Amino acid sequence: MKNNKLILKSSIIGLISGFINGLFGSGGGTIIVPSLTFILGLSQHKAHATALMIILPLSIISSIIYFNSQLIDFPITLKVSLGAMIGAYIGAKTLNKIPNIWLRKIFGVFMIIAAIRMVF
Amino acid sequence: MLYIISIFSGFIGGMGIGGGTILIPILVFFFNFEQQIAQSINLLSFIPLSIVAILVHIKNKSIDLKLSLFIIIPGLIGSLFGSLLAVSLSSTYLKKIFGLFLFIMGLYQIFCKTKEN
Repeated sequence: MKNNKLILKSSIIGLISGFINGLFGSGGGTIIVPSLTFILGLSQHKAHATALMIILPLSIISSIIYFNSQLIDFPITLKVSLGAMIGAYIGAKTLNKIPNIWLRKIFGVFMIIAAIRMVF
Repeated sequence: MLYIISIFSGFIGGMGIGGGTILIPILVFFFNFEQQIAQSINLLSFIPLSIVAILVHIKNKSIDLKLSLFIIIPGLIGSLFGSLLAVSLSSTYLKKIFGLFLFIMGLYQIFCKTKEN
């Protein structure tokens, strides 16, 4: 019974986050991490790690579909990958050194401004 | 310029705030990429990045592998539908829906609570 509930919850989380991640090419983690902590009770650290594990195969499947529709720019992707790797390494190292809450709020404001410009 | 943006988005992603939701609008606004291309850049660049991080996390036993599997299988079905929809929409229309999504994500970042706080 307990296992059934877990499977049901995981299925809903998977379907929604997969759909979002495929449709928007991002955002899977922003849905999976809070789902793992608040619905499935994982610690913040475990939720971050587990979310990466989940998004990897989802991103591979989505990339294949974008690739089949010729919606890929390899030279730019390569440059972005290199830069992002360096950034991610520094980001992971500084993770607990800067107050994360304020950083989140600042980025939230940036995201809302960008969002409004994208819609109108 | 592109490298600076990439390093920046990777930095944000590495801190767990969602690098992609920052990278995609920057690519669309400042580099005039089509919405779908910007999205595929983010999707593809996530792959090598996450493999390195996942290997470290597996070594440290930070990943719940059984739970991952429970979510990955339905997740693949969701991804299939989501990306098929993305490639069939016009770039202008997808950009607007993305904007709506970004708005909600922005509100979430401002008001969200994490377990560590």
